[in-house]
Amino acid sequence: MRIIATAFIALSLLAGPFLANHTLADDTTAGSLKIENPWTREMPPGSKVGGGFVVITNSGDEADTLLSLTTSRADRGEVHEMTMNDGVMKMRELEDGLEIPAGGTVELKPGSYHVMFMGVTEGFKEGEKIEGVLVFEKAGEVPVEFMVGPVGAKMAPDHMQGHDHDMKKTD
Amino acid sequence: MRAIRWMAWILVVLVAGATIAVLVSDDVRDTMLGTPGEGTGIANIGGPFELVDQTGKTVTEKDLMGKPTAMFFGFTHCPDVCPTTLYEMTTWLEQLGADADKLNVAFVSVDPERDTPELMADYISAFDPRISALTGTPEQVEKIAKAYKVYRRKVEQEDGEYTMDHTATIYLMDADGQFTGTIAYGEAEDIVMTKLKRLVAGG
Repeated sequence: MRIIATAFIALSLLAGPFLANHTLADDTTAGSLKIENPWTREMPPGSKVGGGFVVITNSGDEADTLLSLTTSRADRGEVHEMTMNDGVMKMRELEDGLEIPAGGTVELKPGSYHVMFMGVTEGFKEGEKIEGVLVFEKAGEVPVEFMVGPVGAKMAPDHMQGHDHDMKKTD
Repeated sequence: MRAIRWMAWILVVLVAGATIAVLVSDDVRDTMLGTPGEGTGIANIGGPFELVDQTGKTVTEKDLMGKPTAMFFGFTHCPDVCPTTLYEMTTWLEQLGADADKLNVAFVSVDPERDTPELMADYISAFDPRISALTGTPEQVEKIAKAYKVYRRKVEQEDGEYTMDHTATIYLMDADGQFTGTIAYGEAEDIVMTKLKRLVAGG
């Protein structure tokens, strides 16, 4: 891990201009929803799909539902759930969307829920920001920017150095 | 009475003999024990295959002999588990250092219709160059999937596209092509490294 951490720090330093963006929290508020840390990963060349991740907290009295993602960088965006059972990976669109319960937090993260960028023509590169709009049943359209981390990253670029204290799952 | 007692004893011997014969046969033993643990050498996983790598070269099970192999299955239209596993494999190979050269690593497509050798070449270029990216005709992929007992299922999506459900486990094979164990998706890194080092040492 040390090598990876060192490599990441080195990369971060090389990517100096992006450091400022890293430290700015990309949190968005829309009505009773707080949307934190939208991020995605660099896509291997030739890949046409990518997963987007974000933490959504609903401080309101009513549940809301994440319905879809729209972005100019993909033909379309869907809300998906990945499951792993007996070593078999399955991925399904959540056709009724993903409920964000009243007073609850739902984390979209690798190995679990994600928004899926489908039909991507220009692959995401580390350090880029991908503009998108999360569409909620009640809160409506919420513009966000997905920070692009390295290929295979397991957590948001801001959290790559182990600051995972605020990434607790409470869904 | 004595005749009946003799008959009973003969029956007991016959039944016991048949039971032992059944237990000793590999198939039944595999079924009863499930997937065997490491080193038992009785697993029915692996076997002949013919595929093509990212450079267009034909690769068969014989090309993997002489070194142990870590093999896993996936596809390029896979947003999460496949790039994650390839990325992790890249970091594990880095940690193995010089020992990484004593290991074959193969990423095998479960989606031959979309995964051409050219696409596999592009895709794998983001990861350690020692990883072979293998694909083939649908029949060739079906054959290796069967040999490795890989689950794969095409799931149609609304717009005519599809995704693949598939086994995400990494298979560990020794230098003779015998199955020795697995690495599960998400397994702790220290356990993974122990397994890989043992695989390399045993090969």
